[in-house]
Amino acid sequence: MKGITLSLGLMAATALTVGQASAETVTLTIESWRNDDLAIWQQTIIPAFEAKHPEIKLNFAPMAPTEYNAALNSKLEAGSAGDIITCRPFDASLQLFEKGYLSSVNDVAGMDNFGPVAKSGWSTDDGATTFCVPVASVLHGFIYNKDAFDKLGIAVPTTEDEFFAALDKIKADGTYIPMAMGTNDQWEAATMGYQNIGPNYWKGEEGRNALIKGEQKLTDAAWVEPYKTLARWKDYLGDGFQAQTYPDSQNMFTLGRAAVYPAGSWEISGFNTQAQFKMGAFPPPVKAAGDTCYISDHVDLAIGMNAKTAHPEAAKTFLAWVASPEFASLYANALPGFFSLSNQPVELKDPLAQEFVSWRGKCQSTIRSTYQILSRGTPNLENETWVASANVITGAETAEAASERLQKGLDAWYKPGK
Amino acid sequence: MSSVELDAPRRPVRWHIAVFLAPAVIVYSLIMIVPLFETLRSSFYRVAENQAYFAGLENFKTLFLDDRWAPQFWNALWNNFYFFLIHMVVQNPIGIALAAILSIPRLPGRTFYRTAIFVPTMLSFVIVGFGWKLILSPLWGVAPSLLDAVGLKFLFAPYLGKPETALTTLALISVWQYIGIPMMLIYAALLSIPDEIIEAAEIDGVTGTAQFFKIKLPLLWPTIGIISILTFVGNFNAFDLIYVAQGALAGPNFSTDILGTLLYRTFFGFQLQLGDPNMGAAIAAIMFLIILAGVALYLFVIQRKITRYQF
Repeated sequence: MKGITLSLGLMAATALTVGQASAETVTLTIESWRNDDLAIWQQTIIPAFEAKHPEIKLNFAPMAPTEYNAALNSKLEAGSAGDIITCRPFDASLQLFEKGYLSSVNDVAGMDNFGPVAKSGWSTDDGATTFCVPVASVLHGFIYNKDAFDKLGIAVPTTEDEFFAALDKIKADGTYIPMAMGTNDQWEAATMGYQNIGPNYWKGEEGRNALIKGEQKLTDAAWVEPYKTLARWKDYLGDGFQAQTYPDSQNMFTLGRAAVYPAGSWEISGFNTQAQFKMGAFPPPVKAAGDTCYISDHVDLAIGMNAKTAHPEAAKTFLAWVASPEFASLYANALPGFFSLSNQPVELKDPLAQEFVSWRGKCQSTIRSTYQILSRGTPNLENETWVASANVITGAETAEAASERLQKGLDAWYKPGK
Repeated sequence: MSSVELDAPRRPVRWHIAVFLAPAVIVYSLIMIVPLFETLRSSFYRVAENQAYFAGLENFKTLFLDDRWAPQFWNALWNNFYFFLIHMVVQNPIGIALAAILSIPRLPGRTFYRTAIFVPTMLSFVIVGFGWKLILSPLWGVAPSLLDAVGLKFLFAPYLGKPETALTTLALISVWQYIGIPMMLIYAALLSIPDEIIEAAEIDGVTGTAQFFKIKLPLLWPTIGIISILTFVGNFNAFDLIYVAQGALAGPNFSTDILGTLLYRTFFGFQLQLGDPNMGAAIAAIMFLIILAGVALYLFVIQRKITRYQF
């Protein structure tokens, strides 16, 4: 409540000063959960936009990520939310659109810069209406300690056999822990494990859509295999990985104690400042050399407009700019690891980020399998996948048993084809 | 004392009583009573197509019997009882023993120990949770290296990461944090036992351990009863330590899930799981009923059986 009154007061204050300066300028307030990005918005993005559109002022008003969904909902219900809304992917935003709080952005100039996967996070189930302009996605892969690989004479693995051979070699040498990951927080095992390597097995979008349509089941080989591979990771993790948390894994890798880190691209900027050694990255290894590779290119953030905004035209102008290559390049370079979803080429300066984004050229992109539609009911498939992935690695459950349990949970509420 | 004033002729209505009570009554009603009844009420409702409708006991039926909810609920309830059991078996007896030791006259360093044992109680659960997580961390924790130093490394395991040990470990951490409370209460009760009784016991030849069990302990039962009920209420409302140490999914494999964390996940949602306020309210109602039953049992059955002594 305090936060809301405070931001209301701020909005009123800015409205007043702007009103005095010039009657024609409008101020758009942007709701966001990215309070980490405040400096980037104020120093880079807002000046760039205001230079082009002097008649529109922007007020970036972020809040804590954990409070965002609840606070935004109550602000929208009370009619006090900002003009521009930062959209979470999938159901959280879809719900807002269905309640009439978000406008369609189909007619915003520049929407043809985005492909269907990019739009999938913020479209109705039939894909006809998109309600937020896609901004950023995160990629999965493995970050490795280049110095360690050079010292042990290991080439970057491209197939699964090479991958495990490399891990064996690191383990035999004993200087480094082969892989930095723990199962304590559970989501690491699911997000950096299962969703990282999985797309190569279920063939990305093909398998994901088949699962949604009910043509495939989680008990099919394509969905069980990644769990089996994950179970093999156990031998390469550090001592006591069962109680190792996410920050533990990060520190373990950046302190140079581990050689391979199953990663999300959001780690890049943090690792760049923390790690004292050279780093490289490779995409999830494929089964056999020459197979098509698939990567998890997960949509994460988009920007939409409040349906009840007082300045719809100004909001649309801003959204058109967000859809432009200029914004894409500004954003992606300010936040290496958060990649633009635009089809337009974006020049990246960070080498590690360049490596990650280059996979888009040679591999097929897909989003995390559990995010669209399949996590709407109880039990929640995403949360169950966390538990299952951690269980499979610790050995508490076999790959088959875990898959069977997940499919049973899904069957309990999900009827495909509806 | 007020009998002096009673002699005065019929006095006007004593408005000041109402006025002085009003702030407490209003604030308490607004922030405790009203939300409590709202929660109970909403546990009987469900939402379909953005419309709340009265569903009777449907939510509770789902919670107890439905395949999708019941295993989680019973698991959380059992874990909660286990959590409480550990406290009753470990925390309270040790608390009483500590108090008994501290009340020995002329014990050197008594004030130091009294303070040191009580300090964790005043720490934030966030500090306690993170602190113990670090101590027990297999990577950087002091526990493995300390055990190694005395040659007991084999005793160490990633206790918080194993389904078999995680809940017990957390319960013991909680015991470590809150042991100061039973200790202080018992200590105060021990100090208030009049010297005459102790002297009389000594004259009759009851000393040492026998004196504790035959004279002091019977005088402590009312305090122990209060402590038990405080532990019960505290444990069935517990949430913070588990949330800080293991997150809202109460891993590994839900082995540390208690009613508080289940309520949190259900009510507020978690990750992709959207919040379900009505099912959440149903879980909250169950927690309320369990605590109510426990307190009622204590007040109407146990407390009446406890003999009280007036000095």
